[in-house]
Amino acid sequence: MGLRIIVCAKQVPDPEGPPSSFEVNASERKVIPRGIPPVINPFDENALEAAIRIKESVGASITLLSLGKSLSRAVILKAVAAGADASLLVEGDAFEPSDLDSSSTASLLAAAIEKAGGYDLILCGRQAADTNAGQVGLGLACILGIPAITLAQKVEVEDGRVRVERVLPDGYEVVEAPLPALVTVSGELGDLRYPSLQAIKAAKALPQTVLGPDDLGVDPHGLARVETVGLEAPKRERSCKLVEADTPEEAGRKLALVLRQDKIL
Amino acid sequence: MEGSGSVVILAETAESGAPAAISLELLGLGRDLADGLGADLSAVILGSGMGDAARELAARGADEVIQLEHASLSTYNPELYQEAMLGLLKSFTPRVLLAGHTAMGQDLLPRLAFSLSCGLVTDCVGARVEGGQILFVRPVYGGNALATQRVTTATAMATVRARVGEAKAPTATPGEVKVIEASFAAPVRLEPKGRETLEDRECPLEEAPVVVSGGRGMGGEEGFALLRELASLLGGAVGASRPPVDSGWAPSTCQVGITGKVVAPDIYIAVAISGSTQHLSGMSEAGKIVAINKDPDAYIFKVSDYGVVGDWKQVLPAFTAALREAAPEQGGARWA
Repeated sequence: MGLRIIVCAKQVPDPEGPPSSFEVNASERKVIPRGIPPVINPFDENALEAAIRIKESVGASITLLSLGKSLSRAVILKAVAAGADASLLVEGDAFEPSDLDSSSTASLLAAAIEKAGGYDLILCGRQAADTNAGQVGLGLACILGIPAITLAQKVEVEDGRVRVERVLPDGYEVVEAPLPALVTVSGELGDLRYPSLQAIKAAKALPQTVLGPDDLGVDPHGLARVETVGLEAPKRERSCKLVEADTPEEAGRKLALVLRQDKIL
Repeated sequence: MEGSGSVVILAETAESGAPAAISLELLGLGRDLADGLGADLSAVILGSGMGDAARELAARGADEVIQLEHASLSTYNPELYQEAMLGLLKSFTPRVLLAGHTAMGQDLLPRLAFSLSCGLVTDCVGARVEGGQILFVRPVYGGNALATQRVTTATAMATVRARVGEAKAPTATPGEVKVIEASFAAPVRLEPKGRETLEDRECPLEEAPVVVSGGRGMGGEEGFALLRELASLLGGAVGASRPPVDSGWAPSTCQVGITGKVVAPDIYIAVAISGSTQHLSGMSEAGKIVAINKDPDAYIFKVSDYGVVGDWKQVLPAFTAALREAAPEQGGARWA
């Protein structure tokens, strides 16, 4: 049997949306997206791209795994069309994102993966663009009892081992682990390729499994270990002293002067 | 049990071997939490030959420092560090374990939290005690909202950003240093195969007092030479928003933002940066923010203290030249 890769992909409100598109509802402790579509979390797209590159180099079958309350099929289709072979959706009202924390999410994904029947490599994004926690990948590996390497900028598979270039603050390190293993992927790996229209059409015929809360045998209620007790919009705005002059060069010189006078520089 | 219910900070060292700035800040924050909870403050440091760093931590506010020693802990290895910490945490149950939101903290704390079934809050920009419980504040949705969270398990774990805590002055009576030989229960599966250093660590971005960053409007890598000139004049470091990194004008180690580096320098100079949310989340805690942008409506002006509306190609050389002329004799160094 060839290499089996599972890519975990969360749907999030488009993080590139302007600040006004994230409405902070303090009383319900929820962020309500306004006028922005759901997208695959960008780091999870990087993880899918990593999987597709491995598939191109050594051959693999890729399953896209997504968990959510109500998943956009168009978003899934476009991601699958980029180069996956199947999708596994875990969906239900019990999976409202604001009711889940990293711990309950990892438990649910682990249960879904056990149902999926076998894997060699699991790839996740380094963190989700909504919760920004960066815990689920490592948590999943811990629950499944497999080695985990974080922050990959390059992932290669050879002779039953995964070799990862792992991003460090001042460069990168190379780390290897035996399969099965889990790797979290960083943006440095590169963007997910765009599927052709033909590929999107063809992807409609690829196998898709949908599991509900009853299929998993895991009740997310009571699994959470972190509770959100408050939510507010950040206060970032400052009053800006605009330095003006007749020419841009003069404004540059004047800025230097003002910063010295105010003892900033 | 001794140490149970305490506030524990996980320290790390800088290149010099001394405790990293973040660890002294964590001691400051940990002291505030410990006082609020009526608990002791401990620091744990892992490594090989960490005696000097441990004594420094003991002098900077820790009631007790646990120096977890082993030759194989000299550099960060996820599984060895995990095993060493799990071994240590068998003997006591901290009320809270804090680490920096650093390369090590981000990788190690989730491993510990899931191994011990503890709740973990990452990337905190604040922590306080209220009504006997610890509340953590962290940005979500790329910094478009701030969530206040609490952990429901007996031990809470958290990673905290740089410059959130405030380092305290050395105390008259240093805490006690306890040396423990680390032990490892599980076999190691990860195999490190070497590392490549790309960034000049003489002035790490996270610790620079001045950061000069360029954005999409730089238009190419040529402009970054001017930013470097200004940064070196001010004794600072060069940063970038995401577009220049994506376009290859600046190395990824320069990226400032929620997924790059989070910085809080005394002065942040944003050149040709419009001010996307994800960039702002990485620098909005700077002391003073100065913006140069040709678009008067750029959002960056709303979050800045000083601004010039104009093309950086004209503004920046004049700005740098004027600063250089005004520089005192020692040159190079900051004269704030």
